[in-house]
Amino acid sequence: MAVSILKQGDYLIASVQSALTDTEVIELRDALLAQVAKHRSLAVIVDVAALDIIDSFAARSLTTVARTNRLRGAKTVIVGIQPEVAVAMSQFGLRLDSAHIALDLEAGIQLLTV
Amino acid sequence: MSEEIRVPIESDADTVIARQAGRDVALRLGFTRTDATFVATAISEIARNITVHAGAGSIVVREVNEDGRTGLAVIAHDEGPGIADVDAVMRQDYRSNAGLGMGIWGAIRLMDEVAINSRPGEGTTVTMKKWCGFDEVAAFLDHGT
Repeated sequence: MAVSILKQGDYLIASVQSALTDTEVIELRDALLAQVAKHRSLAVIVDVAALDIIDSFAARSLTTVARTNRLRGAKTVIVGIQPEVAVAMSQFGLRLDSAHIALDLEAGIQLLTV
Repeated sequence: MSEEIRVPIESDADTVIARQAGRDVALRLGFTRTDATFVATAISEIARNITVHAGAGSIVVREVNEDGRTGLAVIAHDEGPGIADVDAVMRQDYRSNAGLGMGIWGAIRLMDEVAINSRPGEGTTVTMKKWCGFDEVAAFLDHGT
C-alpha cells in the first residue's frame, strides 16, 4: 500500500505517498482503524498531500475513519489537502464530517497539543 | 492535431490511469490546475460507476472545438445493465444513494455539460464536457501557491 503509518507516542501519523485506488483507500481505512485500536492511540494524523483527488469514495472512507475513531475516543486530523482538491470537493459538496482539518503536518500536530 | 486517449476500464487501477489521463489532457489544453482536478474527480466518479455496475468499459478523453471554444470531452461507455430511468438520475432523485447517483451528481457539479445515453440491457454512455475558460478562483489558486 502506498501509505506509511508511524507511531509517534500517543499519536499515529499516516502519510499517503501517491494517488490511491479505491482498494487502497479501503486498505488505508482498515489499517488506520486497526492501528488506532492496537496502539490505543489518542489521535491519528492523515497526510493526504499526495492525493491527486478526493472524490465521494475517498471522502466517505475518511469520514468513516473519523467517526469510528471518535466513538473510540480518538481524534482524526486530515492534513495537506491540496488547494485545487479543496476547491473540487467544495464544488462537489463533499465534506469530511467528524474529522479535524489542518493545513499541514506541523499545523496538525499543533492542533493536537493545544 | 487534436488529442484523444482511450483507457480500458476493468479495475479500480484503470480508474486512476483514466483520471490522470484526463488531468494531463486538460493541462495540455490550457485548463487551470483547479479545472484539471475537477475533470479528474469527475472521471473517477464515472469510472467507478463502470467498475461497480457494469464490470468493465472504457473512457475516452479528447479535445473538442465548437463555436470557437476549446474544451475537453470525456466519453465513458459500458455494456452493463443500463439505466431504466435516466431522467431520474439526471434530476438527482438517486442522489442520497451514494452509488450511481452520487457519481453523476459529482460530474454534474464539476463539469459544464453531462449527458447520459442508456437503456436497460443496452449499456450506458456518459458524455461530459468542460470548456477551457478563465476562472478567478482557479487563477488565484494556481498563482497564489
